[in-house]
Amino acid sequence: MSVDSATVRRVAKLARIAVSDTDVTAMEAELNAILGFVEQLSEVDVTGVEPMTSVIPMEMKKREDRVTDGEKADDIVANAPASEDHFFMVPKVVE
Amino acid sequence: MSDLTALTIAEARGKLSKKETSAAELTEAYLAAIETANPLINAYVKVTEDKARSMAKASDAKIAKGEAGPLEGIPLGIKDLFATEGVHTQAASHILDGFEPRYESTVTANLFADGAVMLGKLNMDEFAMGSSNETSYYGPVKNPWRREGSNMDLVPGGSSGGSAASVAAQLCAGATATDTGGSIRQPAALTGTVGIKPTYGRCSRWGIVAFASSLDQAGPIARDVRDAAILLKSMASVDPKDTTSVDREVPDYEAAVGRSVKGLRIGVPKEYRMDGMPQEIETLWQTGIQWLKDAGAEIVDVSLPHTKYALPAYYIVAPAEASSNLARYDGVRYGLRVPGKDIVDMYEKTRAEGFGREVKRRIMIGTYVLSAGYYDAYYLQAQKVRTLIKRDFETVYADGIDVLLTPATPSAAFGIGDQDMAADPVKMYLNDIFTVTVNMAGLPGIAVPAGLDAGGLPLGLQLIGRPFDEETLFSLGAVIEQAAGHFSPKKWW
Repeated sequence: MSVDSATVRRVAKLARIAVSDTDVTAMEAELNAILGFVEQLSEVDVTGVEPMTSVIPMEMKKREDRVTDGEKADDIVANAPASEDHFFMVPKVVE
Repeated sequence: MSDLTALTIAEARGKLSKKETSAAELTEAYLAAIETANPLINAYVKVTEDKARSMAKASDAKIAKGEAGPLEGIPLGIKDLFATEGVHTQAASHILDGFEPRYESTVTANLFADGAVMLGKLNMDEFAMGSSNETSYYGPVKNPWRREGSNMDLVPGGSSGGSAASVAAQLCAGATATDTGGSIRQPAALTGTVGIKPTYGRCSRWGIVAFASSLDQAGPIARDVRDAAILLKSMASVDPKDTTSVDREVPDYEAAVGRSVKGLRIGVPKEYRMDGMPQEIETLWQTGIQWLKDAGAEIVDVSLPHTKYALPAYYIVAPAEASSNLARYDGVRYGLRVPGKDIVDMYEKTRAEGFGREVKRRIMIGTYVLSAGYYDAYYLQAQKVRTLIKRDFETVYADGIDVLLTPATPSAAFGIGDQDMAADPVKMYLNDIFTVTVNMAGLPGIAVPAGLDAGGLPLGLQLIGRPFDEETLFSLGAVIEQAAGHFSPKKWW
């Protein structure tokens, strides 16, 4: 399978990465080189093989359902590019 | 390199306990070494002098009171991937500009609780994606090693290039690192240092910037096998904040150094003999086999039939997980924000400017292989192949093999800005061909320096163990180290 420039643009949109025309040309070639390399996986017979979910077999750990963290809004917004009254500020979303 | 910075952790520990030196003196020696070398080697992206001095002072007070921890007063470098409270933590990426977490990663918290002193944050490939440390926003790290008679700058390997270079150049006593596909073992091999990736789940991943969560594991890079054992003992722990960390006692790894390896069965997998592999690597491998034989181990030829599929499967699984993990960098909660005409435009511009080329490439691959219509063909197929890779290892271990011996890398260090690798991403990916299988199966692996190539550059051997049997890796690693000797770069910086 290989990707064309329209697919590169669609994937960039899904990944929320702005791309220029030059980027698209370069990425198309690079992605096709990588996809060409991984293509060989299709020759492996995986009949009856379960997909890997965890490398080390372990039981899912559970903890008591109670609040163990919180009351630190200052810490949460400390690194935000823009915040006000403990809210993250973003461009207007609803007109 | 002063006498103090030439000490291993074990040696420094001895001198500190005998009061022959102090944590403050040790720290000053390293800070002075960093000041001279770092402008040339670029191993540190942030030096935390004040923090280092105050931690050293606290260590000296504890030593005076007889309350020294196992790593009391030992100056360490910390990879920029580990969250360190109030200190530069940017995964060597532009998108995390200015990020100073309000929390400490579990691994660094463990080290500091044991008395370690932090010298600063170490350079790395952006988000740990790379094998040469050239994808860092802060520029490449230079390998302290150069070819004999040459002044060409070489890469230290990656992604933990800053960790490996700083240990080799004696700019820290030891360093933290992480390994997703070879990022501890490949740079260790390229710089003549020791690096161990423990079993998945041995160290907590909490507070480590996530790349591919099912593969990421923290581990140390150190001057020798003993130091690596000392550091891993402090780094490893079960952690309620990481449900994949295992609830299993951390053994005294140092006690395994020097333990007899007589009767151990060492598997030599034939699939690691690659086409076009340099003769020097083959010779090194044979030498390693002989050393282990001489030490009383038994050598057995084994087969891991799915080896060649590990790297292609990795380049589906790792980017897929990365594309999900890196979705959080959107210019809202931390780091860089590039304004846009609306919120989506802001996301897209922020991510376009904040991520480097290799990171974007992997996010794109990951997004593509997880997208509707391709999931089964790529991701599901890769995860099934991963089961087969793991089964290969389980089969040889069930047949009574204790450890596998392989080369660590397909070549010695290469030049910064290598044209072939810049032109073809897959060429760069091939650096991890011997290490990536270990991550895919979640096993422990150690890289130990074993010799020099014709140009005088270090080469390493890799030992792969059974799950949670790091001790045997330290025992066998010490045998290789004993036979091969130590390797240090000639100072040019």
